[in-house]
Amino acid sequence: MSTGDCCCEANNSCCSNKAVKTVSTTLTFEDICGAWKARWGIGRMDYIVNPGLYAVGSPNSDSPVLVSANYKLTFDTLRKNLSGLDCWLLILNTKGVNVWCAAGKGTFGTDELIYQIKAVGLSETVTHRKLILPQLGAPGVRAHEVRKSTGFSVMYGPVRASDIKTFISSGYKATKEMRTVKFTLWDRLVLTPMELVESAKVSLMVFGVLFLLNLVAVRPFGLEDFLAYAASVFIGAVVTPALLPVIPGKAFAFKGWLLGAIGTACIAWSYGWFSSPFLLLGVGYMLVLPAHSAFLAMNFTGASTYTSPSGVLKEMKIAIPLIVFSFVVGMLLILMKTFMG
Amino acid sequence: MKMKYLKDVTTLAFHAERCVGCGLCAEVCPHGVFHVESGKAQVVDKDLCMECGACKMNCPEEAIEVNAGVGCAVAIIMSWITGKEPSCGCSDDGGCC
Ligand code: SF4
Ligand code: SF4
Repeated sequence: MSTGDCCCEANNSCCSNKAVKTVSTTLTFEDICGAWKARWGIGRMDYIVNPGLYAVGSPNSDSPVLVSANYKLTFDTLRKNLSGLDCWLLILNTKGVNVWCAAGKGTFGTDELIYQIKAVGLSETVTHRKLILPQLGAPGVRAHEVRKSTGFSVMYGPVRASDIKTFISSGYKATKEMRTVKFTLWDRLVLTPMELVESAKVSLMVFGVLFLLNLVAVRPFGLEDFLAYAASVFIGAVVTPALLPVIPGKAFAFKGWLLGAIGTACIAWSYGWFSSPFLLLGVGYMLVLPAHSAFLAMNFTGASTYTSPSGVLKEMKIAIPLIVFSFVVGMLLILMKTFMG
Repeated sequence: MKMKYLKDVTTLAFHAERCVGCGLCAEVCPHGVFHVESGKAQVVDKDLCMECGACKMNCPEEAIEVNAGVGCAVAIIMSWITGKEPSCGCSDDGGCC
């Protein structure tokens, strides 16, 4: 990641500047392309906008003020949903992190909000004293403290940017539906590229080791092994997240293990790894690959929107020892086959 | 269909005697854990809580307690290795704009 050309100390952003920029509510090809790249983790850290005050349409001193984060994907989603509105956007410096994660870290927080309100001179720009914050920013912000030190009262808007227009036009009322976080198939699928990229990095190291082992192996690793391995990655990082609500069980690791076991069994059976000369290999992979899928699936707890840290910790305390044990024993069996034929 | 995670794990605690019924907890909770009726909040379904901490942060009366944090396995593993608090991995710390 690049260090950019400016300094960002915790709560003061030297990149904010007082001149108000007007933003468009339509995305260009470049924006869309950039969004795609960010999803795949390419140059993700540089994907930011400058903090400060922006104008959408032609707002006046009565127009609503929306607050958001300076991650460009967040910013783009927001402005795309504001077409036809006249309003102000107050962008906090969250160091290019989306509202939800930044609120958890506290960078989308009380202090930064108070700082930006003063830095852009918001009380001179608008005559009312209301701010609309995304509801997902609430874990970082104490509404009553903001009011105490700036006079601005915080209203939490809907969870999804697409509901903002309805929220504003209905006199700032959010329905329960608009307040609830969902985790739809699509929400889950857009997150899977990141999971794949992460596991690809580890996979490259694994391939390096296997390549070295192959130099001395009696039964070298080949395409079949690669396909079985690739399937376990795909099952843990893509299929399990996608099918999350319909897979039996509650723990993510269990869900991943279950699908991994089914997938590996099918593959091993089709390669004849369950019959005598290959039995060691078949059993070994049945221990290694489902455990691998389980681990990847467990990592998806970080992307999910309904897992509590206490729950994840409980799941990990049970799952990790099992995963490690299964993985190590399975690896030993596979290596026995590799070196003894 | 509402997805539910493990049962009886959340650290959420609600002290009804302090509640003044302002309704903010119900407004900020992303999973509808709170419901406010006739001037008092009540916990509707504790097991839906993801410990994000929004309710606790915004309750003016400090009627809610919860150990807020990130429900992310990778973050927890990293915290075991580095000995620091688990923190969301969506960006590296010390990053600059
Ligand atoms: S911690 Fe978050 S999910 Fe749990 S009750 Fe409070 S606002 Fe709702
Ligand atoms: S935010 Fe606090 S005071 Fe307000 S309704 Fe909820 S528990 Fe009661």
